[in-house]
Amino acid sequence: MTAFVTYQNIFTRIQVRPPVAYPGVELPAGHPVREGNPAFVSLFGFLGDAQVGPIYLGLLGITSIIFGTLAFVIIGMNMLASVQWDIIQFVRQLFWLALEPPSAKYGLQFPPLREGGWWIIAGFFLTISILLWWARTYRRARALGMGTHVAWAFAAAIWLYLVLGFIRPLAMGSWSEAVPFGIFPHLDWTAAFSIRYGNLFYNPFHALSIVFLYGSTLLFAMHGATILALGRYGGEREVELIVDRGTAAERGMLFWRWCMGFNASFESIHRWAWWFAVLCPLTGGIGILLTGTVVDNWFLWAVERNFAPAYPSLWAPIADPALVQGAPR
Amino acid sequence: MRSLKISWTAQALIVLASLLVLLIVVLTFERPPIRSSQNGFRGTGMEQVQNPRTARQVVARNQVPAAPEAADVDGDKSSTVFENVQVLGDLSVAQFGRTMQAMTEWIAPQQGCNYCHNPENMASDEIYTKVVSRRMLQMTRTINADWSAHVQQTGVTCYTCHRGQPVPAAVWSTITDNRSGMVGPTGQNRATPAINNSSLPFDPFTPFLLGDQPIRVQSTTWQPHQNPTDVRATEWTYSLMVHMSQSLGVNCAFCHNSRAWGSWEQSPPQRLSAWHGIRMVRTINSEYVQPLSPVFLANRLGHPDAPNPLRVGPNGDALKVNCATCHQGVNRPLLGAPMLRDYPELNLVSRNPLRTSEAAQAGANPHN
Repeated sequence: MTAFVTYQNIFTRIQVRPPVAYPGVELPAGHPVREGNPAFVSLFGFLGDAQVGPIYLGLLGITSIIFGTLAFVIIGMNMLASVQWDIIQFVRQLFWLALEPPSAKYGLQFPPLREGGWWIIAGFFLTISILLWWARTYRRARALGMGTHVAWAFAAAIWLYLVLGFIRPLAMGSWSEAVPFGIFPHLDWTAAFSIRYGNLFYNPFHALSIVFLYGSTLLFAMHGATILALGRYGGEREVELIVDRGTAAERGMLFWRWCMGFNASFESIHRWAWWFAVLCPLTGGIGILLTGTVVDNWFLWAVERNFAPAYPSLWAPIADPALVQGAPR
Repeated sequence: MRSLKISWTAQALIVLASLLVLLIVVLTFERPPIRSSQNGFRGTGMEQVQNPRTARQVVARNQVPAAPEAADVDGDKSSTVFENVQVLGDLSVAQFGRTMQAMTEWIAPQQGCNYCHNPENMASDEIYTKVVSRRMLQMTRTINADWSAHVQQTGVTCYTCHRGQPVPAAVWSTITDNRSGMVGPTGQNRATPAINNSSLPFDPFTPFLLGDQPIRVQSTTWQPHQNPTDVRATEWTYSLMVHMSQSLGVNCAFCHNSRAWGSWEQSPPQRLSAWHGIRMVRTINSEYVQPLSPVFLANRLGHPDAPNPLRVGPNGDALKVNCATCHQGVNRPLLGAPMLRDYPELNLVSRNPLRTSEAAQAGANPHN
């Protein structure tokens, strides 16, 4: 099969269709069998592998899905109730609707259900679901004899999730500090969070998090582009080429050495990518955790540490009018 | 090599998806050109954007009607000639007539004099709108006399808000979030045009433009545990600011250096004007508009000649003023046209207490 021409594409043009679907390696004794009859879907093949299933459910997977569904339904029902059970308004305003955490007056107490109690229950179930799913990624990797890199990368994301919804609210002494469940509401919360705490852009851990976020996309683009461009020389066998450099690896490395004088190896690029991705939520979580607990106004903090520059004023300076004697409130 | 064919269903789906994306792009984005002007120091991103096409529409929307010829200030005072003249008594008869004519054109051009007056007895207060307009004249005088920190010498007239309509286009009334059932009141997460369809609190006006809840949320020191406001309080402030930005047709950097919202040292002078504006609107609402609620409630269906909208909100409170009421999308109402200059009569309005009238009495007891 001469695949090298069509491999130069952004979208997958090659779909591997073996005569019989691959069921996966034998599972160790004591593990339940994988569920479902494998099938081939062309549309899936454009994006990834055309084979769908079988899927391994297991106790962790099933309980995780149950708890996740519970959280999803509670959030959805609260959204539906907030538009008086009007399905049309639910669809129209879906992006605006939210399940809000309790108000500040309840602190860390359990509030009435309709005033944030549902938020705590949904958050609890969602957290259980996520932690079970984490255990699943760990256990499935072990069962396949793999390393547990995926599980630890997922754990980094869970760290940020827990800081936002659990650890920081505990540290601040109030569930009201947590994020609402909702599309626009959580974005508005994010903007208001930065405003309240004096501009998160002056939070160095936020800065690090952005570096790793944008760095991840850059590395991903560089690496993905290199491998696709090397497809005609067998570059997709990148892992084999780690130890047995063929012409693909040599060309790829030479390309970057020409372009920027330095290059990652076929092995190290994956470590670069993994660490960038993992450090994004790790540093971000630290930044969030310090906000309000250690630093209340990041801009003023940065001014005191001389890394927020002062700019010349283009207009006559104005004073705070509220400080004028007899000013209206 | 077997080339992969895309099925007809898939092709149709792709075409539909592309059309959907195109529709979203066309409906979401503004057609260029967009011109930007730098307002702050370079690198601070303090700039205003404007589309010349929409700017032309704004100019067309904000034309000031031609002023009638100036009136003779000599002659008898209107208080000595007409009956029941309470706030315009210091005007000459000619000035009085000119003001009546102007107000008709500004507020009720279609309804005419009878919008406020009983043609059989012009002095009668039986129509509620006459009682309201007296108070509105006093309000206009207060704005021009006491709030030059906001309106400067440009001042305001009835037309600044009314624009030829009995009820100004942009008004608000208190929205009480009294949801029952599974979800308690949150006061937010509802698409609301007055706050640019954000999911922020949908009634920032009652606490900030009627009441005097504190707007400031940022700490003045970086040390923690000294500022009790939280993120949710910030959302209320944010909502008010979104409303101000939208009402004035400007972005945040018109009044703030966005890197430090609270810092007065880094703020453009417009913020000072806006600060006084917030206090001015509070005074207007709490001293002039809200107290008229009983009158409006007694006439909630409005004047028979101008039945829409309802003259009170769902809570029975008067339709009140926010930034959009005057500004209507422009940072200087009517593009800064000094309209008041042509109507010196408005500076002669008496702010003495008003005598009670039939309509006001009726309003004080809405059940009669």
